Amino acid sequence: MTADAASSLDAFFAAAIAMEEEAAQRYEEFADAMDTHNNAEVASMFRRLAAVEARHADELMAQRGWTALPLMPRIEFEGCEGPETTPADAVHYLMTPWHALSLALANEERAVRFFEQLARSTTDETVRRAALEFKAEEEEHVVLVREWMGRVEKPPVDWAVDPDPPRYTD
Amino acid sequence: MDLAEAPARAPRTAAAYKSSYKPIWCPGCGDFSVLSAITKALAKLDLTPENVAVVSGIGCSSRIPAYTSCYGFHGVHGRALAAATGLKVARPDLTVLVTGGDGDGYSIGGNHFLHACRRNVDLTYVVMDNHVYGMTKGQPSPTTEPDWDSKLSPGGTGVRAFHPLVIALASGANFVARAFSGDPNGTAEVIAQAIVHPGFSFVEVLSPCVTFRPEQRDWKDAVHPAPVEATDDPARAARRIMTDDGFNLGVLYKGNRAPYKGYPAPARAGVADLEKEFEL
Ligand SMILES: Cc1ncc(C[n+]2csc(CCOP(=O)(O)OP(=O)(O)O)c2C)c(N)n1
Ligand code: SF4
Repeated sequence: MTADAASSLDAFFAAAIAMEEEAAQRYEEFADAMDTHNNAEVASMFRRLAAVEARHADELMAQRGWTALPLMPRIEFEGCEGPETTPADAVHYLMTPWHALSLALANEERAVRFFEQLARSTTDETVRRAALEFKAEEEEHVVLVREWMGRVEKPPVDWAVDPDPPRYTD
Repeated sequence: MDLAEAPARAPRTAAAYKSSYKPIWCPGCGDFSVLSAITKALAKLDLTPENVAVVSGIGCSSRIPAYTSCYGFHGVHGRALAAATGLKVARPDLTVLVTGGDGDGYSIGGNHFLHACRRNVDLTYVVMDNHVYGMTKGQPSPTTEPDWDSKLSPGGTGVRAFHPLVIALASGANFVARAFSGDPNGTAEVIAQAIVHPGFSFVEVLSPCVTFRPEQRDWKDAVHPAPVEATDDPARAARRIMTDDGFNLGVLYKGNRAPYKGYPAPARAGVADLEKEFEL
């Protein structure tokens, strides 16, 4: 990632909040798409995940005493989007809650790696400490999502089979 | 309250440019991220939604105007550029975006595409290219690879694919760029630049159709930033675009041709004048 986020504690928080907000927006977008495609169960799962990420963003804003994000140069993440953002093409209209959670797990694991790398690369001691704290928190999320996955049904092997598919070109 | 004391308006966020209609695209479709990129670009420029018009034709990608809070015109298949040209010439104060797919823009609308580039009216044309007709269930489009085998084109069409960027450049577009929907932030940046650049700006966005071309999910591993800055030399740009691998992202050409503004605006006619014009 980004030299910017490592440069000061404000920049670090701005990056972390932007990450959470972007992740929440993507989950919301997925929830809407699943609602549209009558997959209510997964829609509500994505909605819950969005709420969790949005709450994290709000908590970080409060922690910093901010009401709006300070103006910062654009944050460059490795890859196209923030580490907690699910790639837009990772969903399927027949996916199950277990799939949604496995995407969330991958996001949390990427976030752990992200903060780990940030802690290693920064020369600012306050940023390093904050990055390690955030890494530990993301590790807790990994555990929580794994537990959550244990409580939902695993998808059957033929989960993507649609007896009336939209696609007939193959 | 004294207006001078009124607090400055907070800059608009991307959400301010989204409507309350939820897209009906297939989950995973690249067009979600193009919508997001367009709203981010408008927020970046802090444009007033009611001073922006989004004009489209027909196709999955052409549904975008309804999903924005700007004025919109969901028009006739292939005719988005004609409608948008008229709008911009009549209302030069508006920012006019044109959106659509490769079928809409390069097949049925191909002729309008050439002449919009040639005319160089100050429009921004965003094409979501998925190399297929998504809305009508997977027919090959002008950008489909000749060997794409499907039930609707057994063994492939065998017809050479159209090169929209080269054609745009050769026809006179003043700004030519390629973006990828999987990078909505990068795409937003390119679209914002396209809007600001005067004249006809063409942004080709590789936007996977996960339903009819699921293999396009692999595009995320193929795309890469253009290794050089945009040029204002069309010959150099043409050589680069013709010889690149089709996955080179960024602004590739920025020209300095003066936009076409239409005839000087006539004095505003009243309803009575218009009625007189149509008198038998
Ligand atoms: C005059 C006319 N001819 C044909 C059609 C049928 N039609 C609707 S959308 C479309 C092609 C859409 O493909 P594209 O523009 O690539 O958009 P996508 O759906 O892939 O986003 C066609 C041929 C039509 N609506 N009107
Ligand atoms: S058919 Fe293709 S282009 Fe249309 S919404 Fe679905 S994925 Fe997108």
